[in-house]
Amino acid sequence: MSVKQGLWRHAGQRLLGVVPTLLLLITVVFFLVRIAPGGPFDSEKALPAEIEANLNARYHLDEPLVQQYFRYLGQVLVFDFGPSFQYKDWTVNELIAQGFPVSLTVGGLAILLGFVIGISVGVAAALQQNKAWDFTSMGFAMLGVSIPNFVIAPVLILLFAVYAGWLPAGGWDWTWQSAVLPVITLALPVIAYIARLMRGSMIEVLHSDFIRTARAKGLPERQVILRHAFKPALLPVLSYMGPATAALITGSVVVERIFSIPGLGSYFVQGALNRDYTLVMGVVIFYGVLIIMLNLLVDLLYSLLDPKIRYEEL
Amino acid sequence: MRPQIDLPRLQPQRRSFLTGAPGALVVLVLCVLLAACGERDPDASRDSNQAKRPVPLLLTPEGQPDPAVLAEQQVVHRGNGEEPQTLDPHLAEGVPAANILRDLYEGLMSEAPDGRIVPGVAMRYNMSRDGRTYTFYLRRDAAWSNGDPLRAEDFVYSLRRSADPATASKFATMLMPIENAEQVLAGLAAPETLGVEALDEYTLQIRLTDPTPYFLSLLTHSATYPVHRASVEEFGARLSRPGNLVSNGAFVLSDWVVRSRIVLSRNENYWDAANTILDGVVYYPLEDQSAELKKFRSGDLHWTYDVPNNQFRWLQENYPDELVVSPWLASYFFGFNMTREPFIASPRLREALVLAIDRELITEKVTQFGEQPSFTLVPPGIGDYQSMLPGYAEWTQEERNAEAQRLYAAAGYTEADPLRIEIRYNTSENNKKVALAIASLWKQVLGVQATLVNEEWKVFLQNRSQGVLTQVFRAGWVGDYADPYSFLQMFGSGHGQNDYGFSNSLYDSLLEQIAEERIPARRRRLMQEAERLLLEAFPIIPIYTYVTKRLVDPHLRGWENNVMDHHYSKHMFLLASQSENASAGTTP
Repeated sequence: MSVKQGLWRHAGQRLLGVVPTLLLLITVVFFLVRIAPGGPFDSEKALPAEIEANLNARYHLDEPLVQQYFRYLGQVLVFDFGPSFQYKDWTVNELIAQGFPVSLTVGGLAILLGFVIGISVGVAAALQQNKAWDFTSMGFAMLGVSIPNFVIAPVLILLFAVYAGWLPAGGWDWTWQSAVLPVITLALPVIAYIARLMRGSMIEVLHSDFIRTARAKGLPERQVILRHAFKPALLPVLSYMGPATAALITGSVVVERIFSIPGLGSYFVQGALNRDYTLVMGVVIFYGVLIIMLNLLVDLLYSLLDPKIRYEEL
Repeated sequence: MRPQIDLPRLQPQRRSFLTGAPGALVVLVLCVLLAACGERDPDASRDSNQAKRPVPLLLTPEGQPDPAVLAEQQVVHRGNGEEPQTLDPHLAEGVPAANILRDLYEGLMSEAPDGRIVPGVAMRYNMSRDGRTYTFYLRRDAAWSNGDPLRAEDFVYSLRRSADPATASKFATMLMPIENAEQVLAGLAAPETLGVEALDEYTLQIRLTDPTPYFLSLLTHSATYPVHRASVEEFGARLSRPGNLVSNGAFVLSDWVVRSRIVLSRNENYWDAANTILDGVVYYPLEDQSAELKKFRSGDLHWTYDVPNNQFRWLQENYPDELVVSPWLASYFFGFNMTREPFIASPRLREALVLAIDRELITEKVTQFGEQPSFTLVPPGIGDYQSMLPGYAEWTQEERNAEAQRLYAAAGYTEADPLRIEIRYNTSENNKKVALAIASLWKQVLGVQATLVNEEWKVFLQNRSQGVLTQVFRAGWVGDYADPYSFLQMFGSGHGQNDYGFSNSLYDSLLEQIAEERIPARRRRLMQEAERLLLEAFPIIPIYTYVTKRLVDPHLRGWENNVMDHHYSKHMFLLASQSENASAGTTP
């Protein structure tokens, strides 16, 4: 069997495995959100019984839990996440369809920026190991990892929006200006983390036997690094990229709040606080599918980069 | 038809972003270093938009602002707290939605900038001698935003829809004074039996069960707004989307980007459009107060929803002209669970705990925004109503403490065997600070061992209403309408919001008398009596009267402080800046 066929078969098997994982996820979340005390229509104002009953009936909350569960499963099968309890005019599908492009743009740009800069800084540091650039860049990387984004974001806004007036202080209108600060805020820790990862693995690879061989063959240093060392050194970064991408493109709650960005991230928190069952379920399932797919993609990329990982035998 | 307005950026104009990548890196590094030194405000670099001052206001003989002093761009940008759940007036809840709905719709009655009830769609009205029948005469020129005429029949349809349990409106209880509303809301009578009738195209009659002196103010609430029947029937749950929403207020919905902005533009079909100066209003859902503050400082907002709780001093120093703090018709208090030990049948213990609290200390040192210390349930500011202050309000805090200690000891608690209780509150920085202050005052004065328990909102609400876990808990109330009854009714036996377990037959009968009384002075006395009775039983610990606090651009005028905190955009306008008008040749 060829390498390629093995790869496809592996992908197929993994995709089949998605179904039970998602079912488990849906089941756990479905019952967990309902166990939480308080209901979606509780408010400080007492409701007349008839109105409460009508509200419950409208959203099928008056049915036995098991019936609600199977009704929900049936809806999910046709990709209908139902109406949001909180945002009464919108369905959960519509809310995700409006929020995800924003989160995808901000998160996608951040991860791209993080990847490109992080890799470059990391490789440069590895090549200059224990020299000035190495210490400086890794020092900043340490800072980048340890300063939380709720500190960086307000400072960025203060400098670039309030004092300088170059960029908006928040909000989202699909212009590059409104994307700059949130993207930088999100990218900084990613840059720092990837730079450190890349530096470590690059140094390790540069000390391995096959690099020594390549150098002994008299290959130019440039070629040694780009052709031989780069690919294997990338592997640890790649396994970090899967979950990191999923986390960033579904939106960060903190960054969305500080920059008033209408992305997906806040729905996790708002949905849970409002006991907006359908919204919580919708974003969790969406996030679940996304993270499973991205991990699968990373695995497949792995096998392309690392000849030791092959799927013929599976 | 969707009228579009363009949204120009407010001043200052953004300067070009010229820094290259290396430059940006250096600046970033600087930011990080700056962050380490804390957020400081060098006087030299005051925010760019603060330099501009508005020109003095000139009025025309008709009382309207002179066109010469108006800014060219008449679009107001308002911060608005949370994303509204819906803009269907009968389903909406919460202050953010109400703010927008006041601009989109108009009820039979409306409000002046100072909060006075003034004619809205109804040009005038008659009240029958027994105070139970109101006849409203509608404006002939009232119209929907699509040009359809607005008739009495629209109100009949709308009020029935609002009361219909099938609509499941959470604020349908606002219609309770209307004849048969109770049965309709309970599903026992058809919505058609509601006491609302169109006598002719422009005459509407509403019959009430009891004379309800605050009834006119209910007619400014969104639950009583008219909805456009054809649109409701055509769009159902999609009614309040841009393009679908037909409204009758001074503005019309032109865009809604969820959790980003809601854009309103002038409704040219509004009967008073000639006197509406603004071309548009943009509402931004900004849940984070510091984010909102930064947007205001960078000149993106004229009006904020709130200000960060812990920055009063800083705001006072840096934004003295913009910071607006004003009393609100809302009380902040704590409640006792009188169905659970140690508070069953122990009024003197509750009294001791109420007395031992130094309210001035809390408002001056803890909340700091000029909240008024309160000894009553009903906040000040409701017309002629004056709460009767309890005796201890006149005492010094030392006298209160001494009496508290005496009552506490009489209740059988000693230093060796102190009272141990839980103070429960919903998670918020302010509640935490106040609860902490209460706990330490109790410990200081009486030696009470209080533990603080914070709970997420919905959990807190459930625990509070079940009354199984609670002892002392945070409470508070914002008046739905400017009448003490909005506060007093919560303490009726079996009322849905009576989480205190307060039950007093005399109080209940006073509530009934208040509902039936139509002579204002007698009704006021009954309400004073009810409030006094309530406070003497000590079911609550009054702490303070809320204030509304916000930043307002001095260019924005036409609004006034009012206790209801209702601010209609139709009254507002923007003044031109002095720099815009002043000639450039003044430099020597």
